Amino acid sequence: MTTAPTAHEATDHSASRSLVPGFASGLRGNWIGLVPFFGFSLLFLVLPILYLVTGAFQNAEGSFTLDNFAQLATPNIMAAYSLSIRLSLFSALLGTATGVLLGYAVILGGLPSWVRPVFMTFSGVASNFAGIPLAFAFIATLGRIGLVTVVLRDVFGFNLYGAGFNLFSFWGVALTYLYFQMPLMLLIVAPALDGLKNEWREAAEILGANRRQYWRMVALPVLTPSILGCFLLLFANAFGTLATVYALTGSRFAVVPIVLFQQIQGNVLYNPNLGYALAVGMVVIMAVSNTIYLVLRTRAERWQK
Amino acid sequence: MAEVKKTFPIVSTLIVVLTASFFLIPLYATFQFSLQMVRGEWSFASYRSVIQSDVFLATIQFSTIASLAAILLGAAVVVPTAYWVRLKLPRLRPVVEFVSLMPLIIPPVVLVFGYIRLYGSDSFLPLTMTSQGTNVLLVAGYVVLSLPYMYRSVDNGMAAIDIKTLTEAAESLGASRLRTITGVIFPNVRSAIVSGAFLTFSISFGEFVLASLLNRPAFGPYLVQIGQDRAYEPAALAIMSFALIWACMVLMQVFASRKPGRKLVPRLVPKSARIVTP
Repeated sequence: MTTAPTAHEATDHSASRSLVPGFASGLRGNWIGLVPFFGFSLLFLVLPILYLVTGAFQNAEGSFTLDNFAQLATPNIMAAYSLSIRLSLFSALLGTATGVLLGYAVILGGLPSWVRPVFMTFSGVASNFAGIPLAFAFIATLGRIGLVTVVLRDVFGFNLYGAGFNLFSFWGVALTYLYFQMPLMLLIVAPALDGLKNEWREAAEILGANRRQYWRMVALPVLTPSILGCFLLLFANAFGTLATVYALTGSRFAVVPIVLFQQIQGNVLYNPNLGYALAVGMVVIMAVSNTIYLVLRTRAERWQK
Repeated sequence: MAEVKKTFPIVSTLIVVLTASFFLIPLYATFQFSLQMVRGEWSFASYRSVIQSDVFLATIQFSTIASLAAILLGAAVVVPTAYWVRLKLPRLRPVVEFVSLMPLIIPPVVLVFGYIRLYGSDSFLPLTMTSQGTNVLLVAGYVVLSLPYMYRSVDNGMAAIDIKTLTEAAESLGASRLRTITGVIFPNVRSAIVSGAFLTFSISFGEFVLASLLNRPAFGPYLVQIGQDRAYEPAALAIMSFALIWACMVLMQVFASRKPGRKLVPRLVPKSARIVTP
């Protein structure tokens, strides 16, 4: 039967270099050169986050408490987290599926060779085309008087909004996110698709596998860590997005970033420590999904040597 | 399976056509919508209206300056560090890399929340009390947001040249450390820096969350405002933004794939003297 190459070649690769030996002797006076970088990072990256994290574990009097996290369990905030997670999961799933399909078509699909660079360049642009202009573009497309809505109504006699679609709802926002999720997926999954070696397919074919068997037993198992990892990256990408959804729906669509945004903007932080907990919750979710992404990526890279 | 005969790739073509329309239809719809400001004809009236607006020009100017400041500050922080780490402290590379990647897990709204609380009125460094101080925070925030990309770009640029030899050569010719960095290393990684710079620009130019919460008159908050007030101008602005991002990305690509020392636009000065009129 066909089997994927075993993991032998990966073991020596994953050994991480230790920081410890000769660490202090290597530093000597050289640390001075790193003062600007670490000073800057400390002031504008580490300390602000540290401030929020410590604040999240304190009450108004400054003593230690877990109360703020307990208060996250209020219906409003739980609903915001739930909505954010569902939206991010859904848009990441959609982005992963369509991105992999697109990657398959563009890289392995036997299309003319100019198709790939065109899509890759465009993806570079589209994955950066998030935020407010993207919201405007989708309003002009699928809003109540958007081009597609009007064409469907006038030409095909199909009332999109009558059929239950609304750009300013869950599905609409997810579809808008797809505009930057799918290109991002294409960009990060392309190396993995390139890593599928022709020899594996040939070997599988010689052993009598058909196309389906090759994909099910060789290609997909090799791709799985990459795809899962990219999925988590897309999840984090959607989870942290604020500008797009804000421009699209104002503040009616209460995902976690919007809730936090409103709390800061209102300047009526009746309980800033609760805000800290909200922020820390976001960072934890982003950190977990990004960490798993990195772990899976290192696992996946063993096939790409 | 084994036969070499090529069949027409129906499935791939279908996928590519469908995704291409998903990408292009919103752009076309936006463009068409932006032309409809004058009833009954297609015109660039909405673009004219946008460009003639004083607020638009003011926010563009503010965001341009803020983004350029972020590029300068980012380069000043990242380039010497990447150089120093590669040359003297390679063991610290994972640490620096980790710090440079941290912004990817911190949403902008959380970052600015930390700024507002940490540098608020009763803090050790009350930056938010003055508009100059808030501008500093804004620029610092832009640098942080673009740090992962800037660092990656510059570090890749450093990998492409032989830093050790260049440094030794410069030092044996009597150059000071500063001179080595500004006179030898900087020019050699210039295209990497410029490539990171365009990415920084595209990140910070239309940025909304930081600018809005720090209450700065930047382009991002202006976009949101006009999206609420007007109908056709937002579409025109979306098209202009897309064009700007496109330009930034193309320029980034150009500089990222350029080898150190090559001419920027090789065809600008043709080798033959055809142009020279006798």
